[in-house]
Amino acid sequence: MDETVIQDRGISATFSRVPHSEPPHDGAIKGGVARSVKHDSAPRHVAGEAIYTDDIPELPGTLHLHLAMSAHAHAAILSMDLDAVRQAAGVVRVLTLDDIPGKNDYSPFFGDDPIFPEGLVQYVGQCLFAVAAESREAAFQAALLAKIEYAPLPAVLTVDEALAADLDLLPRHEMRLGDAAAAIDAAPHRLANTLHMGGQDHFYLEGQIAYAIPGEGDDMFVYSSTQHPSEVQHNVAKALGIADHSVTVEVRRMGGGFGGKESQPALMANVAALAARLTGRPAKLRLDRDDDMVMTGKRHDFRIDYAVGFDGDGRILGAEFDQAARCGYSADLSGGITDRAMFHADNAYDLQAARVTSRRMKTHTVSNTAFRGFGGPQGLLATERMMDEIAFGLGLDPFDVRRANYYPAEGGKVTPYHMEVTDSVILEMMDELAESSDYRARRRAIRAFNATSPILKKGIGVTPLKFGISFTTTHLNQAGALVHVYKDGSVHLNHGGTEMGQGLFIKVAQVVAEEFQIDLDRVKITATTTAKVPNTSATAASSGTDLNGMAAKNAAGAIKQRLIAFAAAKYSVPEEQVVFLPNRVRVGNEEIAFPDLVQEAYLNQVSLSAAGFYATPGIHYDRETASGRPFFYFAYGAAISEVVIDTLTGENRLVRADILHDVGRSLNPAIDLGQIEGGFIQGLGWLTTEELWWDKSGRLRTHAPSTYKIPTANDRPDDLRIELWDKGYNKVDSIYRSKAVGEPPLMLAISAFSALTDAVAAAGGYRVFPHLDAPATPERILMAVEDVKTRVRALES
Amino acid sequence: MSDAIRFLLGDRERVLRDVPPTLTVLEYLRRHERRTGTKEGCAEGDCGACTVVLQEPDGQGGLRRRAVNSCIQFVAVLDGRQLLTVEDLKAADGTLHPVQQAIVDRHGSQCGFCTPGFVMQLYSGWLGQDYSERPEVKNWIAGNLCRCTGYGPIIDAGLAALDAERPGTAETTALAERLEALGHGEMLHLAHDGPHGRQEWFAPRSVDELAAIYLAHPDAVLVAGATDVGLWVTKQHRHLATLIDVTRIPELAALRDTGNELAIGAGVTHSAAMEALSALHPDLGKLLTRFAAVQIRNAGTVGGNIANGSPIGDLPPALIALDARLQLRKGREQREIALENFFVAYGNQDRAPGEFVESVTVPKLRPNTRFACYKLSKRFDSDISAVMAAFSVTVEAGRIASARLAFGGMAATPKRAKAAETALMGSAFGLEAFEAAAVALAEDFQPLTDMRASAQYRLLAAQNLLRRFALENAPAGRPVATRVLEIAHG
Ligand SMILES: Cc1cc2nc3c(=O)[nH]c(=O)nc-3n(C[C@H](O)[C@H](O)[C@H](O)COP(=O)(O)OP(=O)(O)OC[C@H]3O[C@@H](n4cnc5c(N)ncnc54)[C@H](O)[C@@H]3O)c2cc1C
Ligand code: FES
Ligand code: FES
Repeated sequence: MDETVIQDRGISATFSRVPHSEPPHDGAIKGGVARSVKHDSAPRHVAGEAIYTDDIPELPGTLHLHLAMSAHAHAAILSMDLDAVRQAAGVVRVLTLDDIPGKNDYSPFFGDDPIFPEGLVQYVGQCLFAVAAESREAAFQAALLAKIEYAPLPAVLTVDEALAADLDLLPRHEMRLGDAAAAIDAAPHRLANTLHMGGQDHFYLEGQIAYAIPGEGDDMFVYSSTQHPSEVQHNVAKALGIADHSVTVEVRRMGGGFGGKESQPALMANVAALAARLTGRPAKLRLDRDDDMVMTGKRHDFRIDYAVGFDGDGRILGAEFDQAARCGYSADLSGGITDRAMFHADNAYDLQAARVTSRRMKTHTVSNTAFRGFGGPQGLLATERMMDEIAFGLGLDPFDVRRANYYPAEGGKVTPYHMEVTDSVILEMMDELAESSDYRARRRAIRAFNATSPILKKGIGVTPLKFGISFTTTHLNQAGALVHVYKDGSVHLNHGGTEMGQGLFIKVAQVVAEEFQIDLDRVKITATTTAKVPNTSATAASSGTDLNGMAAKNAAGAIKQRLIAFAAAKYSVPEEQVVFLPNRVRVGNEEIAFPDLVQEAYLNQVSLSAAGFYATPGIHYDRETASGRPFFYFAYGAAISEVVIDTLTGENRLVRADILHDVGRSLNPAIDLGQIEGGFIQGLGWLTTEELWWDKSGRLRTHAPSTYKIPTANDRPDDLRIELWDKGYNKVDSIYRSKAVGEPPLMLAISAFSALTDAVAAAGGYRVFPHLDAPATPERILMAVEDVKTRVRALES
Repeated sequence: MSDAIRFLLGDRERVLRDVPPTLTVLEYLRRHERRTGTKEGCAEGDCGACTVVLQEPDGQGGLRRRAVNSCIQFVAVLDGRQLLTVEDLKAADGTLHPVQQAIVDRHGSQCGFCTPGFVMQLYSGWLGQDYSERPEVKNWIAGNLCRCTGYGPIIDAGLAALDAERPGTAETTALAERLEALGHGEMLHLAHDGPHGRQEWFAPRSVDELAAIYLAHPDAVLVAGATDVGLWVTKQHRHLATLIDVTRIPELAALRDTGNELAIGAGVTHSAAMEALSALHPDLGKLLTRFAAVQIRNAGTVGGNIANGSPIGDLPPALIALDARLQLRKGREQREIALENFFVAYGNQDRAPGEFVESVTVPKLRPNTRFACYKLSKRFDSDISAVMAAFSVTVEAGRIASARLAFGGMAATPKRAKAAETALMGSAFGLEAFEAAAVALAEDFQPLTDMRASAQYRLLAAQNLLRRFALENAPAGRPVATRVLEIAHG
């Protein structure tokens, strides 16, 4: 995608400028790194030929499963009479607690996610038992016949309720840099406030699904729509009471994941495997959309209290953040998520003195889980609100207040967890974006518009972004790959990463093509399976390409090295004289086609298969001291958004957004742009229309797309300008100096939330700072407008 | 009578007999035909992943086509039609269709799960030349959710494919003839014995036939666009024993303009009603573009939107404000009532067993009548209203002579705000009068709190809509901008 203008109709140009994407020079391989290669599956996607788990031809005798769900948020189960369920037409087997040969748990770590409850339910929708039947409909209808007696217990549903009840799920954590309280006390200006922010449903278009096929002996093969095959494998083994080696989990692709298929798929896989084991028949469990939304975890909602001291320029002297997250009934990945929220309380700012505390609250709601950004967005949102509030209080441009606080490019400043920030490029990026987006003039124009528009108000918001890359659980930063070169020179590539649409497979294939200097179509991308690469980490934390790309490079490099050694020996030339050119190899003065060299190597008994491994070097975090270097590097981004709101109804629209994003040296600019745009719009949904609403009994009432509203094409502004930062370069030795891009762009949408706050402030003539929680639905905006007006009236009287 | 569904699946003829009449097209495709390109994202009409295209003869040698959500359409909808799925688009030599190629070229698929639905939705628009500009293509795909791309590349692809050559008339005529030949013009009657009992499906071909069958089976469920009834099956798992399809009746699908009035047959789809309603007032057109999305509007009917009795349906408040009348029929008896009287209470309408909605008649606006309708929802597109308001206010000699203020989402039925109307009567048209009406509105409604909005928001926003109406119709001075969509679109 070398063109600058990708759209030529309509009312305003959308364009994306892509640096680093030189057209391949003559004779170069087709599809190496730094090229906008198309997603490998694109031609199959558009033709309906890409196979997802539910598309795999079902084996004869396949059973279909349905999960019965708890009707109570918190209750003891007094009795469960399932006789009628067992007798129902089409039912083959009813699965309950007593049927589990191994451990009744599908949790990633803490052992607190029962597959079937042991006398207690802790959220509406918790799985009670499963029905295996000849059809989905038969399984569903049968489950209705269960007679379940509950003894309801008091339920704690929200963060605030859990705080009031002191119901911590996991130990608290605290990070300290200097003496924040003293710094705030001594500061010339101070403010403190609270922000509540809602969670988010993943709404991957393909729902949760697993298809288990029993093999001989203990063997179990499971197709699972999962970002974490190794964990599904381990969980299935754990539940069946067998060794990990008996279970193989495979996934070719997911129809979206976004973190929702990291720990959650284990439940579906466990039940499907259990049914397969007990009946000897293949068994499939595909959740209906509504069940999926009720049963599976979401982004954590947070309450964050902040206090900050600053000088007259808005320079922060010290800040405190008390974060509290709704984790739901079990730990799941909440520890890491709430940690990451803390790691991002500073965003791109040198806070000088800071205290960040985190409470992980237990509630009788679904166990919240990973979602793109993994707590980072929540941590950042409060900080960005704080920056807006500082600027408002001082009557300064929020852009300038932020600018006064960035981590300096030259390094020397540390985060609240004592990691020196050595790669800060945010000031330069923000300045570039302000320039290219005409920020100052537009801010003035907006003020002028608002002065003459009594009902509609515009607002503008800026968001700088710094996002830490690496799993903060250090040992997870490892990956494996397996590369085979066949006798004809074609290459089979496998690695532990999973494809959920993010373009990981094509990027890693580009790396391998580059390494061997062969055309991309000579590299076969294959399904992720635990049988080829073991003990993998989840494809998460934006790290898929960083880790698997490196592992695949190492695997290809090992084979390449063997070919070099072989050619050097065979042709009696020094190894330096064996050079991989596009689709051929120069050995001394001779050039040999790549397949020919491979064939020769094979005949000379050279191994043409290698496993590659990679572990991110030099990262660590010490919980005791709350310090370390949890991140390999930081990715940066910059965004400016403009909105308009209706002060009579709260209706609102994002009118324009400008984004400049740092992906280092892009491996694939087209894929990276896709991640940026998609992440931004997803973040926009989180902060505007996507509202999770539970009723007083703990029932999620927005459990379908009819009530839970993710952005549509019309929510994307016509004027959306996305650029990859052309100076992007990773200071650390990442894969071809690229930077991770999966999660960071989601947070750029905070600029829209800032802009909405600005527009609400305009409704009160910029006299008082708005209270606007997220998501900023029309209702919250209208109520914030009313509140602003009331406070202004109070000021006036 | 015919006992089989005859249709073309792509270019192959299919005859379905003895299938459950409530089998959805999606299930049929995925399980029976093993055409797995069409995806299920929600099974409730809201995500578009299951979009397929239906074509039928338009009676003039050409074809009529529409994209629909296969997840909530029952197989009987296929009778006499051609069903096209994503698998049908590639050329015989494997060349991708221009719409498909454009999506590939623009990086319009990431996880790809939404992609077949977008392909079919864009394909239907490309074929019918339904859009040409960026805002139009965005509206066109507003019923297709994509969680990965942020939509930009898909929108671009939709525009890029526009210029590709379309099938010639010879091809179209041949297909139309083939479909004509397939059509039998007779009433379809399906019967199927399943695990939960017998199911029957009737698709009468005339109003008289419908009246007779419904009288004979007063417990039957009438099915129009199935955009509600489909969900009774896919989400509520209800067993429907007898169903009567009202969409094969030409009289019910007719729109008649009598000069002063517009008579809309109960079976007229929202898509088909769009033009005529826009002509009554542009706000009605705007309302319809925000009514669900194209695929639902292509199936859902005006009659269904009224007959379902929903307190949050979009058309009833608009039509009540316009003083519409409803024509009902039972057996040979016909009667007419004011639309507002149809809605008796929640879940209770003035409709006897065996009685059905035939049409709704809408008087045209008089020059001295000011009208507006407003839909408030969390998301602009394809969302159910939190509040729906429609106002029709007539001014005579500078004074408000009559006012019809109708609301949805404010009570258990679509309802007029009588106290607010009274407050307006006799006043000069202006903000002051509407301020008084806004105050009175609090007597009219005690709305509920639910997942769409709180009671507090509903009331305040409804009051503010009265203020908006006053501002928009301010007699003199500079007009005040009140609608964010108009700003956002430049
Ligand atoms: C994704 C989605 C989005 C939607 N968005 C909106 C929206 O924005 N606004 C809105 O108002 N609604 C919306 N709806 C609801 C629904 O689409 C509309 O109410 C539609 O008009 C129903 O018409 P139908 O022809 O599909 O009705 P059906 O589902 O066929 O029938 C609905 C009911 O009416 C009865 N019925 C149908 N025709 C007659 C008749 N002639 N006489 C007597 N009874 C009859 C049926 O028996 C049934 O009880 C949405 C639905 C979906 C699935
Ligand atoms: S599957 Fe979502 S609309 Fe049909
Ligand atoms: S590409 Fe994944 S949902 Fe659209």
